[in-house]
Amino acid sequence: MTRTEPTGASIIFENVGKSFSGADGTGVTALKDVSLTVDAGAICGIIGRSGAGKSTLLRMVNGLERPTNGTVLVDGRDVGRARGAELRAIRRDVGMIFQHFNLMAQRSVFDNIALPLEIAGIAPARIEPRVNELIERVGLTTHRDRFPAELSGGQKQRVGIARALATKPKVLLSDEATSALDPETTQTVLTLLRDISRDLGLTIVLITHEMAVVRDIASQMAVIDGGHIVESGPTYDVFIQSAHPTTRSFLSGVTGVTLPAFLSGRLSKQRNAGDQQEVLRVTFAGPHATDPMLARLSTDLNVSVNILAGAIEEIGPHPFGNLLISLDADRGAEARAYLERHGLLTEVLGYVR
Amino acid sequence: MSANVISLLIEATLQTCYMVAASTILGTLFGLPLGVFLATSQRGELLSAPLVNKVLGLIVNAARSVPFIILVVAIIPFTRALVGTSIGTNAAIVPLTIAATPFIARLVENSIREVDAGLIEASRAMGATPFQIIRKVLIREALPGIMLGLTLAVVSLIGYSAMVGAVGGEGLGDLGIRYGYQRFMPDVMLAVVAILIVMVQLVQSVGEWIAARVDKRAARNRGH
Repeated sequence: MTRTEPTGASIIFENVGKSFSGADGTGVTALKDVSLTVDAGAICGIIGRSGAGKSTLLRMVNGLERPTNGTVLVDGRDVGRARGAELRAIRRDVGMIFQHFNLMAQRSVFDNIALPLEIAGIAPARIEPRVNELIERVGLTTHRDRFPAELSGGQKQRVGIARALATKPKVLLSDEATSALDPETTQTVLTLLRDISRDLGLTIVLITHEMAVVRDIASQMAVIDGGHIVESGPTYDVFIQSAHPTTRSFLSGVTGVTLPAFLSGRLSKQRNAGDQQEVLRVTFAGPHATDPMLARLSTDLNVSVNILAGAIEEIGPHPFGNLLISLDADRGAEARAYLERHGLLTEVLGYVR
Repeated sequence: MSANVISLLIEATLQTCYMVAASTILGTLFGLPLGVFLATSQRGELLSAPLVNKVLGLIVNAARSVPFIILVVAIIPFTRALVGTSIGTNAAIVPLTIAATPFIARLVENSIREVDAGLIEASRAMGATPFQIIRKVLIREALPGIMLGLTLAVVSLIGYSAMVGAVGGEGLGDLGIRYGYQRFMPDVMLAVVAILIVMVQLVQSVGEWIAARVDKRAARNRGH
């Protein structure tokens, strides 16, 4: 591509709120007091359940939604207050891709990618080389004159990405762009996004309900629930230190580390009298992720440890492990102290008999 | 059938074609923008103008609820002011156009409403102006539907053009009434009906062919 220097723009949400007035006069609050900074050139994943407000948040970056209060700054420009030509100029700096691709069915691959350039008023002679370059970038050279109806989902999304990049934006917004794709295609699309971010240096904000997407490409992330940002920060930090139940439930979805049903049904928050087992979540992070800590724990403290569930995986270059164990409740505090001392994170999930 | 009658039939067919073609072109000229406006001017839409939308919608409905034969008679003073006469093919084009415009407008409106809202959102995200969205996205995406709508309009206009024959227009309807009915020449009547049937079939087939040609949604139109 023609650009080599990072060209991303930072995005700053300052105390952003959004409420919609319903037809019957009742208001619905979609976002409340959201503050978030997306660094220039970062890939920021915003995760939340449907209805959490993530789509509204994303659409404020290109002014498809306006905040009711607060400020949204893209590259220092106030999107929420921009109107007319000023807003359209900002939008040309912000590309967007969609879950259902939103390609023009009556336009060929070439003409779809050319559309934003036509809209920007670029001369046809300059549109052609640019579009050809983009088609090559997303690997669709042989599909140049095909129509969307003749493409697979992954190919359609690559057309969507090429189209979003046509006007050389500084920010790329992804609205659940992989949610309609199968896992394998999702990976190729994510790889393409990561390559684009690396080569062009542009800022990517993606919203998703799949933690795996965030884990695979996001350098920073935010978890949104009920219109609030409940956690945000570098992806790795949020993964290992998450405290909020929403984040936890997303994490268990991606790690597959959940308590077996026969245990979770009997789990009580309070410790009862008698012989009890303490159920712990142990998170291995950083250099300790691959240490045989549980073996050492049993040797050093002479407690027997029951492994209930667990997995080790990677976030970027960092290994990250998650184990659910149970041990004698009387030795719980001692064992937790031992693990914490060795750099592991522990959390008491409850007690079983 | 005498040579005289055959030349009358040919002349009447050409007059019908002229009336239908002229009123289709004029009706599209007025109906297309009207339909686009109706489809995009409700509250919160691209050209949001809810009040104007309501008023135009009422006018369109009113025009469409007047039976065509009444319309022709009712607007005679207007027709006379416009073309100088209320008799003949040129005069007939006035009521035909007035009937075609709201009809085409509604058909265009429906086709445009069928366009996926996601495409409007994508175009807005690209920084398109409302006018660009209408021109480059809505009309292009709705084109196959608009073509089928126009086909329907032409077929209706062929029928209407036969009706204006009853009130001093010319063309096939006029010929059928004056010769086939009033002079009791069943062969002329039969010929008129046959020509009208062939015309409608032809228009329908050509219209559907064009609509399929411009529609890129189905791969069957393509060579791959």
